Amino acid sequence: MSQATTTSVQATTQPLAASRLGFGALLAVLAGALLLSITLAVMVGPVPLAPDLVWRVALHQLAPGLIEPDWEAFQENIIWEIRFPRVLLGAVVGGGLAVVGAAMQALVRNPLADPYLLGVSSGASLGAVAVILLGITWFGVFSLSIAAFLGALLAFICVYALARQGGRLTTGRLILSGVAVSYVLAALTNFLIYNARDGNQVRSVLFWMLGGLGGARWEFLGLPAVALIAGTLALTVQSRSLNALSVGEETAVTLGVDTNRFRKQIFALTSLLTGTLVAVSGGIGFVGLMLPHIVRLLVGADHRRLLPVAALSGAIFLIWVDVLARVIVAPEELPIGIITALLGAPFFIWLMRRTSGALGGGR
Amino acid sequence: MKVDVTNVSWSVAGVQIVREVSLRCAPGSFVGLIGPNGSGKSSLLRTIYRVLQPDAGHILLDADDVWRMSARKAAQRIAVVLQEHGGEFDFSVREMVLMGRSPHKNLLDRDTAEDMRIVDDALSKVGMRSFAERSFLTLSGGEKQRVLVARALAQQTRFLVLDEPTNHLDIHYQLEVLDLVRGLGVTTIAAMHDLNLAALYCDQIYVLKGGQVVASGPPEAVLTPELIYSVYRVRAEVAPHPTTGRLHVVFLPLGMMTEGVDAESR
Repeated sequence: MSQATTTSVQATTQPLAASRLGFGALLAVLAGALLLSITLAVMVGPVPLAPDLVWRVALHQLAPGLIEPDWEAFQENIIWEIRFPRVLLGAVVGGGLAVVGAAMQALVRNPLADPYLLGVSSGASLGAVAVILLGITWFGVFSLSIAAFLGALLAFICVYALARQGGRLTTGRLILSGVAVSYVLAALTNFLIYNARDGNQVRSVLFWMLGGLGGARWEFLGLPAVALIAGTLALTVQSRSLNALSVGEETAVTLGVDTNRFRKQIFALTSLLTGTLVAVSGGIGFVGLMLPHIVRLLVGADHRRLLPVAALSGAIFLIWVDVLARVIVAPEELPIGIITALLGAPFFIWLMRRTSGALGGGR
Repeated sequence: MKVDVTNVSWSVAGVQIVREVSLRCAPGSFVGLIGPNGSGKSSLLRTIYRVLQPDAGHILLDADDVWRMSARKAAQRIAVVLQEHGGEFDFSVREMVLMGRSPHKNLLDRDTAEDMRIVDDALSKVGMRSFAERSFLTLSGGEKQRVLVARALAQQTRFLVLDEPTNHLDIHYQLEVLDLVRGLGVTTIAAMHDLNLAALYCDQIYVLKGGQVVASGPPEAVLTPELIYSVYRVRAEVAPHPTTGRLHVVFLPLGMMTEGVDAESR
């Protein structure tokens, strides 16, 4: 002990200031990379477009009259009506899934958790598939998204009701209820698909379930973007409690977290955010599982750094995966979920091997 | 801080684990809980640090009922060193100890230089200052335990609950951690396995068996061969140690006793 006290005389504020500076710089770099990714992703496609054109069109749209348009109408149409919404939706969904994944892993204290663990995506699938197969168009272009969100909400309510026990929500019951509800909803979804007559419908169902950003429009962007920003802020201000909970249930109590209420809040918040994202993009897998782990390797497990960095990295990641989905089999495109799964599965195996000591009775 | 536990009972699935336990910790005193496995030590402590809500009875810190406080208010007054060990996520040692500051923080508060000083100080006290940037998950059991003690210190409470605090420590750190805790002068209640450590460090000892207090008092009054036999079913000799002046317990395993007798009779 004595040798340690002699070293403790050094200036103690230095690591704090240094880490803040480093973290601020990291956020700035990621924000720059995000902007660059958006630009490049809008440029890439069957009609190649110059970077300055991308931003001149964007500026013209955001502040009309500032620039004299010297481009073709079809270029403006491709940039503003097709590619921008799609790239931005990718950013919102990728960022959102990464944030929810990180929070979900803390909530159930399991590194293998992802945003879909507790049944939200199964509910959304049921809603979406019902709308596609039954041809419901009550809400116009929003029908699919609204149905998917309602399905997600239904799943959330079922899991919540099942997991509650004497007013308390335990982690074990949460996971079991989530898995049970997922199976039931998946069975209903499969029943609907099995009874479908129209091959085209089945194909569009499959495409939806694998996830994709092809249907992106500006109208679909607002709500998810607001949900992402509000959700990330709400989770980030709770970082201390998320840290404590990810260390242990009892630890969280002894550090002043009202674990019962906190778990309910986080469960509701992550479910609603996931529902909003899945409603506009389908069930894009692996992003919510992988990104939090990669980000932890970068900045550690403290949620105050983890969540903002996850939001930015998830956004960048999904933008590029979507670029791949568009160019690999152009002019066709792949469901984005196929690519995230192909990238994700090896990662999952690596993660499993790396953490097997801790996961499998290493204690 | 004075701690009063009055008639606390707790049961699970119809089985009573803690039965009408009453105990009292004088301000600044070190109170030990001893008893065999399953005697309800940990459960009793959990009712105190608000993980298990008692079916009956109450627990007062000075005049305030812990079960009527918010979790946060309680954590500002009680620090706990648990046996629970850190989860699966890769926090640094500094981050782990910094969590001890969270009960004192509002949602939007940042960590201050003062918090960092408290954390460094706590790490120095347990001899882990040079480990601050290490990953908690890579530490040995004993190192983890010392970090968790540092976290409790960083919480800066007037009451400390320790659930077998020296479990993973080698003898050097067992003594060091207990010396450290005693030296803090805060009210402490600790579940302990080692009767000799209990005799060395406790002002008062409560003996639990089957969820009930079967004896209590200063070590000299409690640690008698008769009591040890009736609670642990082990024969022991108890005598003041010539150097420390505290009681020393020597266990007399049955097997060795008979061998000794045989050798003499030959």
